[in-house]
Amino acid sequence: MNMKVDLCGVTLKNPVMTASGTFGAGEEYSEFVDLNKLGAVVTKGVANVPWEGNPTPRVAEVYGGMLNAIGLQNPGIDLFIERDIPFLKQYDTKIIVNVCGHTTEEYVEVVKRLADQPVDMLEINISCPNVKEGGIAFGQNPKTVEDITREIKKYAAQPVIMKLSPNVTDITETARAAEAGGADALSLINTLTGMKIDINRRKFVLANKTGGMSGPAVHPVAVRMVYQTAQAVDIPIIGMGGIMNAEDAIEMILAGATAVSVGTANFTNPKVTEEIVEGIAAYMEKYQVNDIKELVGAVV
Amino acid sequence: MQTKFEEMVSVIRQEEIADDIYSMWLKTEQIVAYAKAGQFVSVYSNDGSRLLPRPISICEIDKEKGAIRLVYRIAGKGTAEFSGMRAGMQLKVVGPLGNGFTKKDKKAFLIGGGIGIPPMLQLAKELDCEKQMVLGYRDELFLTEEFEAFGKVYIATEDGSAGTKGNVLDAIRENGLTADVIYACGPAPMLRALKEYAQENGIECWISMEERMACGIGACLACVCKSKEKDAHSNVNNKRICKEGPVFLAEEVEF
Repeated sequence: MNMKVDLCGVTLKNPVMTASGTFGAGEEYSEFVDLNKLGAVVTKGVANVPWEGNPTPRVAEVYGGMLNAIGLQNPGIDLFIERDIPFLKQYDTKIIVNVCGHTTEEYVEVVKRLADQPVDMLEINISCPNVKEGGIAFGQNPKTVEDITREIKKYAAQPVIMKLSPNVTDITETARAAEAGGADALSLINTLTGMKIDINRRKFVLANKTGGMSGPAVHPVAVRMVYQTAQAVDIPIIGMGGIMNAEDAIEMILAGATAVSVGTANFTNPKVTEEIVEGIAAYMEKYQVNDIKELVGAVV
Repeated sequence: MQTKFEEMVSVIRQEEIADDIYSMWLKTEQIVAYAKAGQFVSVYSNDGSRLLPRPISICEIDKEKGAIRLVYRIAGKGTAEFSGMRAGMQLKVVGPLGNGFTKKDKKAFLIGGGIGIPPMLQLAKELDCEKQMVLGYRDELFLTEEFEAFGKVYIATEDGSAGTKGNVLDAIRENGLTADVIYACGPAPMLRALKEYAQENGIECWISMEERMACGIGACLACVCKSKEKDAHSNVNNKRICKEGPVFLAEEVEF
């Protein structure tokens, strides 16, 4: 039984990865999860300089999901290279670094700094709904998506995954734009912009007023978008959005995802990523699937 | 070395000790072995629509019986669910989390305000020095008698129904109390006032902070507070309450 997947020339031992922003750089969860068992660890977004992020409260629970407005707090690329990459290199897993910025130049600066680093892929966050400049400002317009992808590809030493926003009318437009700009893969979906109001205090629950919604309540939206995108582009897709268990992961793969990222579920069950790897293996055994590639886009 | 554990624990017993305030003893094997005063646990809902664990401070640790006690207030649907748990029912708990109190051998104030009172009970048990407990309530008292087993207890109530009318600082002043170290947990305005009081009087002051959390283990960066100096981990002036805290030296944090 083969669970290995090929993602733009990088071989993952299985299709299960962590979703950026939910797993830090792996250190905290390594007390609960054997990182050697994961296909890849996708790190929290890192910028050219440290970012303080948004005021608190930064998270709120909603029915079947949560909102977050962390605001991409990160220690900056210098400390990340010095501390977080060496930590992850101790494990037999692939390292995918999520990159954020306010401007094209800031993204490019991080991408250049990572060129000689032992990381396997880059995931470019052009879809964070919680920062005013950069992030989603790039991700909602096909033209800017194509331009920034092309610019990043000029400097990237590793394959480039563009992370797409669901906060658009038609995600296949931004997906095609990223492909036209030279993206090696796509990851989707980032969070859906939401809001929660405390009716007793008549105040916004999040200091940022709005936050990105994630969790099982967004899963069907994500499955639909992965399916649509898989019909529209030829590059591989990493599917994410509310994956809570192996069943959800398999659904995403059947919709057209080559690999999957698990995010919010880590908060509900710190061991969930490992359990999903086991659950996918059990599913393959049950249905006598010899190679996981047979499942990719296999919905009829 | 693993110091945090995910455990399915069973409820030993639970009772409502004041209006909407519950005391729940849980049978644990691993968590109890590592737990200390000032730490907390993440308690998970059995309802799949509620994804995030509820961070609840540890009120008491009984290493012999392998049990921890949580005293919490119903603040929403998750804690309401916990309050309905009966003996023998199971809950998923991760812990112990956070740093806990740094115990000093100095004449101490143990100060709790409202639902910040429970973690001070375990600290009262562990601290082997002269200590004065100052407890602030809105109106209804809880845990007061249990604190009396460990030293002199001073009470403040907002409505004046017991002890000093006012807050914990009013009780300290009214009783002419002094100490060389403060340990405190409670609402932000109380902690802010204590930080100022400690600075004015040159007293070492440890405060336990709270914030809305998601992961509870330091990965998601939801529960940060502002720090005076740049934090070594975050590389900015933010500290993670769940990881570097929840207990901080008051002068280290800004809130």
